[in-house]
Amino acid sequence: MIPELGQFALIVALICAFIQAVLPLIGSFTRIPNLIAVAKPAAQAQFLALSVAFACLVYAFVTHDFSVAYVAQNSNTALPLIYRVSAVWGAHEGSLLLWALTLGIWTFAVTIFSRQIPSIMLARVLSVMGWISIGFLLFMIITSNPFERLLTVPTQGKDLNPLLQDFGLAIHPPMLYIGYVGFSVAFAFAIAAMWSGRLDAAWARWSRPWTNVAWIFLTLGITLGSWWAYYELGWGGWWFWDPVENASLMPWIVGTALVHSLAVTDKRSSFKAWTALLAIFAFSLSLLGTFLVRSGVLVSVHSFASDPERGLFILVFLVLVVGSSLLLYATRAPLIKSHGHFALFSRETALLLNNVILVVLAISILGGTLFPIITVALELGKYSVGAPYFNFIFVLLGTPLALLLGFGQFTRWKQDNFERIVRPASIQIVISIILGGLTILLMPHFSVYALLGMVLAWWVAISTVYSFLQRFKNKSISLSALGKTPPSYYGTHIAHLGVMIFCIGITITSIYSSKKDVLLKPGDSYQMSEFSYRFEGAKPIVGPNYRGYEGLVIVTKNEKIIAEMKPQKRIYFSQQNPMTEAAIDAGVTRDLFVALGEQRGAEGAWTLRLYYKPFIRWIWFGAVIMALGGMIATFDKRYRRAKKRVAVKATASAAPGAPA
Amino acid sequence: MLKYIVPLVLFVVLIVFLAIGLQNDPRYIPSPLIAKVAPAFSLPRLYAPDAKFGPDLLKGKVWLLNAWTSDCRGCRAEHPYLLELASQDIVSLVGLNYRDSNQLAKSLLDQTGNPYRIVVTDNSGSVGIDYGIYAVPETFLIDRKGVIRYKYIGPLGPDEIYGTLVPLIKRLKQEPA
Repeated sequence: MIPELGQFALIVALICAFIQAVLPLIGSFTRIPNLIAVAKPAAQAQFLALSVAFACLVYAFVTHDFSVAYVAQNSNTALPLIYRVSAVWGAHEGSLLLWALTLGIWTFAVTIFSRQIPSIMLARVLSVMGWISIGFLLFMIITSNPFERLLTVPTQGKDLNPLLQDFGLAIHPPMLYIGYVGFSVAFAFAIAAMWSGRLDAAWARWSRPWTNVAWIFLTLGITLGSWWAYYELGWGGWWFWDPVENASLMPWIVGTALVHSLAVTDKRSSFKAWTALLAIFAFSLSLLGTFLVRSGVLVSVHSFASDPERGLFILVFLVLVVGSSLLLYATRAPLIKSHGHFALFSRETALLLNNVILVVLAISILGGTLFPIITVALELGKYSVGAPYFNFIFVLLGTPLALLLGFGQFTRWKQDNFERIVRPASIQIVISIILGGLTILLMPHFSVYALLGMVLAWWVAISTVYSFLQRFKNKSISLSALGKTPPSYYGTHIAHLGVMIFCIGITITSIYSSKKDVLLKPGDSYQMSEFSYRFEGAKPIVGPNYRGYEGLVIVTKNEKIIAEMKPQKRIYFSQQNPMTEAAIDAGVTRDLFVALGEQRGAEGAWTLRLYYKPFIRWIWFGAVIMALGGMIATFDKRYRRAKKRVAVKATASAAPGAPA
Repeated sequence: MLKYIVPLVLFVVLIVFLAIGLQNDPRYIPSPLIAKVAPAFSLPRLYAPDAKFGPDLLKGKVWLLNAWTSDCRGCRAEHPYLLELASQDIVSLVGLNYRDSNQLAKSLLDQTGNPYRIVVTDNSGSVGIDYGIYAVPETFLIDRKGVIRYKYIGPLGPDEIYGTLVPLIKRLKQEPA
């Protein structure tokens, strides 16, 4: 009964989505208030129906209802409760339902937090979101129904992919989806604004908090994914430039550009067409990511389910959504007038350059990701580009990005003069180079890239602190002055400090990590840099739904025990391929990482993989700080002000260090 | 205002590539051996174990190397088409009996017919490794200079033989040795 209820709820949700998409659309052209007013309740009803459908699927998993094909394929009775719940989004059908539910949540949130938005604008926004929802619900009902029943009910299910039986991964997809789907709000606002022909600064202000929140979740989702890959895949890496990882990184990069561009449109009324394009671009990349992951067009370690027919559906959907919005853009954008004029030497220019670099970076990653598809389509043979290409692009474009970040912070809006900033800027650059050089002296050996990374990190740090203090140039830093400083001002600078931490992390980890594969008998030791790894042997273990081996490695430094590490090798009952559970001793300045390989010979010898990963935590910590900055900025009161907008010019030009 | 159409145009190009990509098998991996000289070997012949055969003996000719075993379903599926191809005398077929027993291989060919001009036995599988074989049947087309020009994984059918292989063989025969 319950699965049928879920199925029914999905169909109800589809009907609500149709109502939400079509009636307000008609209403906005005919100006019939009743049709416009339908948008809100329809969206709320759709959210309710989706919640019911989702709850039904969770219920089927929790109660081991193996008559549902999707449950039988992804769960079994030995699976612990938490992973039975997360198994709901462990494969294709359920992740689509989660996608649809996430869109429902965002739409619902828009209906709640939209009191200052004119009802016709709101109706248009909800209509756009309704169309997106129709696409996903049709996709689910036609090609990937999670509630499909099996004719013969198996007594036991197949089990969730063991890689996914992990807490980090249990919450990674929801975070990522909230981020991905959240860009649909900015997208819907941009489309609605272009549709109405009123692409003024107001829509940018309405979009900003939504975009911020989506960006925060995407940041955290990607960070969790990277962290998961690090400790669960057992390869010791934190980013693999895998197509699926790239699929989440591209919307993040464009989303970052969008967050900054929206700031300019909101405060200075500039870049309007560009901001609208970025909003389309960010959400399109989210859809494209779904296409890449779900269609099987690219092979990836992450695409656990792929199917070309589903790919065709998403491709058609992509054409309709992105094609129509770009068409709208092509016809409406020429009519948009940007009022805020700015000089060549201004904060606007710095932000525009930053935006362009981010977009070029996203396009380069897109090109690299699609490279095998393109070369095959052109009949040049199948080639793919790997980490060297992506790393090169990242360093090449990341460097000017970090440099501009500093300048963008302390140049003034509209117009600045070169003489004003040349002195502080050059002093800061010199200090950065000196401190960067000194930092390298602490490292095991010299590397040009390490020097570059450290100088950039110092530059970001110093320019951020300098820019923050600019606000207090003519007054003392008192508690009341700090209290009067708007949250967005703090948020911006905190996020930029996150960039610095991130920069230190990737630089040191990439250059100074070491790795060794060793064969050790019980009692043997291996010395790697200042650490000695003594292998004490491995013993059999039994878990709730797996058995395996657990090794014991004692790490000492100068005869002192640093860590007892217990790496595991697991074989899940339902699947035969062994899984590596690496043992990690985490630290602020270094991680020690031991993975258990294969047993060799009769004497209990094992192959072990040892890693020394300096500063790797800084990568994720930096990303979390960026997200924190975004969060603080979102709390700014200015987004909750009433309908009437205060003229921005006065406030913006008065404070040189006003937040971006 | 042409510049506002640029994103749309780029998107259309992207979609064309994705649509083509959707039709290609993402698991298709081209052999790194294409355009490389066929790895040399010297293996005993199934019907004349004392006489050895190697690719150098067919230099100047266009020929096919077909890896097969007696217990492989795909090989049986392509077998009638190989017999048909052999009867047309377009190309020399060399069978690479891969990790198999000579006895079983012989009895199968005796029962179903032998499309091969020469069958060599790679009992240890070492030549198979040189050719990067990971699933029989696999077929290599080698040109007059002894260079591998084409590789097909899986059972050959009429489409592959007459659509791809035969035209390619005719073209390769025109090339100078």
